[in-house]
Amino acid sequence: MGGSPSRRPATRGWLAHLLLWLALFGMSLIAAAQDVLPVPALSARITDQTQTLSQDTLVQLDTKLRAFEARKGVQLAVLMVRSTAPEPIEQYALRVAEQWKLGRQRVDDGALLLVAKEDRAVRIEVGYGVEGALSDVIARRIIDAQIKPRFRSGDFDGGITAGVEQMMRVIDGEELPAPRGRSRESSNDPGQIWPVVIVMAAALGGVLRRLFGRVGGAVIAGGVLGGLTWFVAGAVTTAALAGLAAFGVTLLGLGMGGLMGGMSGRHRGSGWSGGDGGFRGGGGGFGGGGASGRW
Amino acid sequence: MRSILQVLFAFVLLQLGGCGYNEFQKLDEQTKSAWSEVLNQYQRRADLIPNIVATVKGETTFEQDTLTKVVEARAKATSIQATPELINNPEAFQKFQAAQGELSGALSRLLVVSENYPQLKANQAFQDLRAQLEGTENRITVARGRYVKAVQDYNVLARSFPTNLTAKAFGYDVKANFTVTDEKALSTPPKVDFTAPAASR
Repeated sequence: MGGSPSRRPATRGWLAHLLLWLALFGMSLIAAAQDVLPVPALSARITDQTQTLSQDTLVQLDTKLRAFEARKGVQLAVLMVRSTAPEPIEQYALRVAEQWKLGRQRVDDGALLLVAKEDRAVRIEVGYGVEGALSDVIARRIIDAQIKPRFRSGDFDGGITAGVEQMMRVIDGEELPAPRGRSRESSNDPGQIWPVVIVMAAALGGVLRRLFGRVGGAVIAGGVLGGLTWFVAGAVTTAALAGLAAFGVTLLGLGMGGLMGGMSGRHRGSGWSGGDGGFRGGGGGFGGGGASGRW
Repeated sequence: MRSILQVLFAFVLLQLGGCGYNEFQKLDEQTKSAWSEVLNQYQRRADLIPNIVATVKGETTFEQDTLTKVVEARAKATSIQATPELINNPEAFQKFQAAQGELSGALSRLLVVSENYPQLKANQAFQDLRAQLEGTENRITVARGRYVKAVQDYNVLARSFPTNLTAKAFGYDVKANFTVTDEKALSTPPKVDFTAPAASR
């Protein structure tokens, strides 16, 4: 049969093609992953990926920044990386700031001190709310006068400490809303119950509708969820609203996707600054203000 | 099982039934505010230039050619009426971008040339202005990046089914975005460095 030998090369060619494409695809994936330096997860006020800073400096700076946030509400953070290549330091700094969301929501009072050790580059990224006090000019002066000379002589601990302290002094001159006590943002915020209510309503409602018909099922779903919410949250208005929501959801047979997205989306941005363990950004915005320098 | 199907069906209906009208309103507003921020920062830059020019003029030996180019480019850029409607007119948008790009070029040349003048380098007022200018340029980059993202979201909605029907019905045209040549000028040239260890990250 002539078919077999003639088909073989074709199959092999096809296989080779597939392998080649797979390899190319894999390589492009790796290339995409290595494209830019990933932004580290925010877990502490000072993140040193280069292991340059001494333990003493880390502890002292953290204490100072913590006290500053408690007193003034402003969130300052320090990040030290090896290099921001292939991005310029400005671009990387903004990505970090956008992801970390330093500063309070709508007050936008956050600032970031970023050091790229091997690039010999430093940047102060300033949130919208403190651009007045910590203007581009002031940020540049802090870099030139406090940070650069110390970095040049290899004193990274001293440079970062002096820079951060100067930033705090400058920001102290800015009038900002007083920091809020953390007790108000406790975990039994009634708003947090809504996603749960909707999910339960959608699940419960479907079953009850089959058993008791549309209106009957809606009434029962509303009653059950209202009672449950009242039991859990202890607030009558919240419970009534939850009952009504469950009633409506079951009656109309709405899907859960859209509603849930709307409900949980509202709460996604409102993070709070860290308590005892971790450190979180409060939702502050950045627009590229600040200054950079090289030493 | 049927109830799940019903829920799913209702969900799909909700998604399809939403013809995207509200989404268009939201994204349209987002592009507008992103564009306003771009204009805002360009204006901030234009406001800075007279001070910079005045300071540089104090240096009598400064290259007059570089200086006049900045002044001319600024005059040209500010002569174009920068309105929010610009984003719906691709031609005017291109012209505006070209003028601003020219000004960016003239300004960066000025800064490079200023490095050759020790007196300017020692002049605190000039250094402050320089910091402000660099900060503003960075803000422009950020604002442009956010505008690009906003327009992208809007254009995807205006082009994909079924929201493109809504777009046609209400006349929501695809919006002009910054072209690749603009972006190329902004991004720094790729640094080729074979000595850098790749595996140590």
